[in-house]
Amino acid sequence: MNELQFLTWVRGPGLDIAVGIFLLGVLWRLIEIYTLGRRKDLAAPRHAAGASGLHTVFRRSLSPPGMLKRAPVSYIGGYIFHIGLAIVVFLFAPHILLVTNLTGLSWPGLPSQFVDLVAVVTMATMVVMLVDRINKPAKRFLSTFEDWFAWAVTFLPVLTGWMAVQHLVLPYTTMLALHILSAEILLVVLPFTKLFHAFTLFGSRWYNGRANAQRGVPV
Amino acid sequence: MQGPLIDTLARQGVTRRTFLKYCATLASMMALPPAAGRAMAEAMAAARRPSVIWLPFQECTGCTESITRSHSPTLEGMIFDMVSLDYQETLMAAAGHQAEEARQNAMKDNAGKYLLIVDGSIPLGVDGAYSCIGGRSNVDLLKEAAAGAAAVIAVGSCASYGGIPKANPNPTGAVSVSDIVKDKPIVNIPGCPPIPVVMTGVLAHYLTFGSLPELDAKGRPKAFFSETIHDRCYRRPFYDQGKFAKTFDDEGARQGWCLFELGCKGPVTHNACATVKWNGGTSWPVESGHGCLGCSEPDFWDAGGFYKALSVPADPLKIAAVAAVAGAGAGVAVSFANRAKKGAARKAHEPITLADLEK
Repeated sequence: MNELQFLTWVRGPGLDIAVGIFLLGVLWRLIEIYTLGRRKDLAAPRHAAGASGLHTVFRRSLSPPGMLKRAPVSYIGGYIFHIGLAIVVFLFAPHILLVTNLTGLSWPGLPSQFVDLVAVVTMATMVVMLVDRINKPAKRFLSTFEDWFAWAVTFLPVLTGWMAVQHLVLPYTTMLALHILSAEILLVVLPFTKLFHAFTLFGSRWYNGRANAQRGVPV
Repeated sequence: MQGPLIDTLARQGVTRRTFLKYCATLASMMALPPAAGRAMAEAMAAARRPSVIWLPFQECTGCTESITRSHSPTLEGMIFDMVSLDYQETLMAAAGHQAEEARQNAMKDNAGKYLLIVDGSIPLGVDGAYSCIGGRSNVDLLKEAAAGAAAVIAVGSCASYGGIPKANPNPTGAVSVSDIVKDKPIVNIPGCPPIPVVMTGVLAHYLTFGSLPELDAKGRPKAFFSETIHDRCYRRPFYDQGKFAKTFDDEGARQGWCLFELGCKGPVTHNACATVKWNGGTSWPVESGHGCLGCSEPDFWDAGGFYKALSVPADPLKIAAVAAVAGAGAGVAVSFANRAKKGAARKAHEPITLADLEK
């Protein structure tokens, strides 16, 4: 298999398999989670200002009082790399083209130099966060294999994509194929790891906020 | 027409100055040092014309068309006067047994010294019966001719990598020259067709230095194939700015914006079209408004469609819909199982009574 055949495979059968497993996993888990249900709370609801599902969805995006000072890397770094990932994934013209081709949806992209800069910032932030996870004893203690694995499968598509654009180490064709392959690995593992928070994040916040609002506690 | 090349050229009205200019251009194109141009001129001017045997196999004659298009009025064509083209079915006057005799004679007289040029792929299916010349299969002819050759030059994508005949499902079992010839130096000059000056450049290098030019991992001369079309493309700034033609007749296309979204394979194609151009530097595919097909890369024919951008799926997703239904089905099945489990737990639940506590 030469590199062009490798690229054609990852663009063809590889993508098909990856998207298939992704859809299968996402639908399976979402349906399973949302059909679990909850017995009706028969207690009379208490009302408190700022206690609702919607409030919690927004409030959990902010750091609790004092935490920004105690764990600045987690909060600031977390913000930077999530926003960076969103820009790189959804506003790079070739990526939009992929979505357009698959779904028909289309939106304007950003200049590739800007996306390039965002990719570098994102990678740097992710490395800082990894170092922080290794250095902080508590974070290291709480980290399991899944945490390191999730970091790697998120980092690799950004790294290979940036290297392909910059023509580093390997020829563009091979690097592009590796980039697409790494993104496919991300798609495959996303529904079955903690990366599934991309889908459950707001739902679980709402659930917690709603359950506590019933008791009159704004969380 | 034996004799030094400079005499031949002089007879055709080519001045020494023009010839030197040509050699200097060729040397710079191949990224050789400036002195190489003079060395090339001297070597080529004095060169005795080496014998060249050109074997056409499963091909469309496009490669021959390409090289003959360079004939007049450009100098690329004249450089071919410096070789003794002893066998070329399309161009030679002889036919039938006379032609075969010319080939046999050239092979005998120049054993171990002649250059073998091949265009077209070699079919191996049905013992090579898919393509025969004078009753003999291509593979048989190639093995015989390669045995006495100094070097083999595979001209065009078919000879280099199998090309269109090798496209899926490859009905004739087509293979490239390098799949069969293992013990001779081989230069691949892929392209569909290849650029004339690349063909003549390789020949000039061989005549000047007595060796073949430096090759990349795919056996192509590095001087012409080391950079991608995309990196040398004059439309590259539009790619970087995110300005793309969406159709072949929209405003972007009229403005000459990047053709990436229309399926241009420039980013993965190594060739010299963007710098050397075609038809005496007139234009080249991207300049004329069409994306690169990637014709100088192996198996370009099966690389996911000419009009599909590199970042979009090569094939329509087949299992995705089925997988989505299966995933939804699995989710519903599991949720029923969970509900059954909850129901069973509720049923099995025994309330604690006062009597239990007093036990």
